[in-house]
Amino acid sequence: MNSNQSGRRGFLKGAALAGLAVGAQKASAQTGLTNTAAPGAPPNTHEHGQLAPNAKPAGRGVTKSITHTTYYTPLADSVGIITPASLHFMQSHSRLPQIDPATYSFTVHGLVDRPLSFTMDDLKRLPSVSKIRFLECLGNSSPRRHVNDGKPNSTPVTVQYTHGVMSCNEWGGVPLSALFKEAGLKKEASWVVAEGNDGSKYNYCIPLTKALDDCMVAYLQNGEPLRQEQGFPARLFVPGFGANHSVKWLRRLYITDEPYMTWDQSVHHAAARADMAYKSRWFNFVWPPKSVITRPSAGLKLNTPGYYEITGLAWSGWGKVKKVDVSVDGGKTWKEARLQDPVLPMAHTRFNFDWTWTGEETTIMSRCTDDQGEVQPSLAELNKHWGRAEKDHLEPKSNTHYWNAIQPWKVAKDGSISDVLFA
Amino acid sequence: MSYSHRFLVPGFLLPLMTVGAFLLVAPGVGFAQRSNIGRPASEEDIRNLGVIISPGGKGLPQGKGTAKEGGELYAKQCVACHGKTGEGGVADQLVMGKPGAPRKGMYSDLDRHPIGFWAYSTTVFDYINRAMPANRGGTLKPDEVYAVVAYLLYMEGIIKETDVMDQDTLGKVQMPNRPNFLPERVVWPPNPKKPSWY
Repeated sequence: MNSNQSGRRGFLKGAALAGLAVGAQKASAQTGLTNTAAPGAPPNTHEHGQLAPNAKPAGRGVTKSITHTTYYTPLADSVGIITPASLHFMQSHSRLPQIDPATYSFTVHGLVDRPLSFTMDDLKRLPSVSKIRFLECLGNSSPRRHVNDGKPNSTPVTVQYTHGVMSCNEWGGVPLSALFKEAGLKKEASWVVAEGNDGSKYNYCIPLTKALDDCMVAYLQNGEPLRQEQGFPARLFVPGFGANHSVKWLRRLYITDEPYMTWDQSVHHAAARADMAYKSRWFNFVWPPKSVITRPSAGLKLNTPGYYEITGLAWSGWGKVKKVDVSVDGGKTWKEARLQDPVLPMAHTRFNFDWTWTGEETTIMSRCTDDQGEVQPSLAELNKHWGRAEKDHLEPKSNTHYWNAIQPWKVAKDGSISDVLFA
Repeated sequence: MSYSHRFLVPGFLLPLMTVGAFLLVAPGVGFAQRSNIGRPASEEDIRNLGVIISPGGKGLPQGKGTAKEGGELYAKQCVACHGKTGEGGVADQLVMGKPGAPRKGMYSDLDRHPIGFWAYSTTVFDYINRAMPANRGGTLKPDEVYAVVAYLLYMEGIIKETDVMDQDTLGKVQMPNRPNFLPERVVWPPNPKKPSWY
């Protein structure tokens, strides 16, 4: 559990740097314990704590094509529910802008009484809010994630690459309701088109009801300024919806009286549906209930039979996770896992499950049920619903979105673990 | 919060939503008063942000172009990534039909990039205008955008080679695949509420 260790080292070093170093040295001398730490500290680390030079936490993976650059969160090493900001996933369709926060502003205009531009100083004066919420690329777990430089299946099939285009952070900023109150919404206002400042001026739109309910312009991520790749200095944050709604490097919010048919939203992200006579469903806003066992998971190996904790993440864009069931016999039987506090709406929820591996081949998997009573489907159920053939998800051109199938991991007799869906 | 009534929301939810909205904005700043934070954006400020095009064509700039002009521009600026006649390459396939013969039938999940799939011709303009060519978005002039949009619509068999695309005509182009998108009216929260599959 690398991140646990590095977190503790970070704490110890932080304490030393907070002026306790001399005291600690004295205490060591009195108790006879040997303190081998070299005196002093690298410059400036009192401002921003650093990882120990010999701490080697798992890093992000990457795939690149002309249309997508993606960084994957190392989920197998995660504990708890918060992703370090440095390990938050990122996907971009174009170059990332460098924006000077001192001159930055974004504009609220369209169907408002007073079109207004807000600077960072303005944002910091307005009412603030922070929420722990997941963010998940709407293509997470779809086969497209395995395409690297045009070559399918060129990345290892591990939980990092099957599910790592999602993370969970504490996002802080200003509720859209506060911004819109300043600008004054006209009676006809019903949609918000958000536009970013990246190379494609990426845009996406959300219903005004959602915007007023729980969306914010975020400028803090886990208590720090947004990472550059996360939209520094400010982004839209739309909880529970596919991450594309949370437009980065926010340039403007344009208030309209109808949904604007932006490119990704109305074209790429529309999906043919068997239950709609193969017509295309657009505006698939919400991530349905989903879960994955993060450890043990594909690419890892169990060295000996015996006890292993099964741990994983569950979440739903509709609300809170109600329960997670785990099967350790390929789906024949299911038992409820323990949910770890906190269980928050539209946030990652950590589940744990005691397991004793007998040394025989088996398959382990998890299934999320949310507080709306929605249940995570199997691949067969998902395919049936969306009208896809059994092997469609293996097709490199396949562009499956909002994929929330149950993820089985196969444990071989020698303890090696592999993926069942994409292998 | 008078916008609430415009949605197809079950009646019993309306008081809850109104109370919810009140609680969101009420603490500290007072419900009725603004704080006068934010700088008024002038018409010029907003013009400088560039256009956002509505499905029907509101926001389209002055200018015009035809497929013939667009073909020349396509050959220079688009072929490298999208193929000689829009068949695709390192970037998306743009054409599945033929001039005079639009593609028939439903699009599967594997072929929903071509322009013939798109529901609105105005989306083609809005996207090319803001994002194309890749990483040089915003550099095409309105005439060039109209022209290349006309070329793609012509290649897909949706308009004639001589049709002029401009502020008035582009928004009126009927896209053949438009009826194949659902729902007809998008509302939030969904009604009736059937979370995963509404």
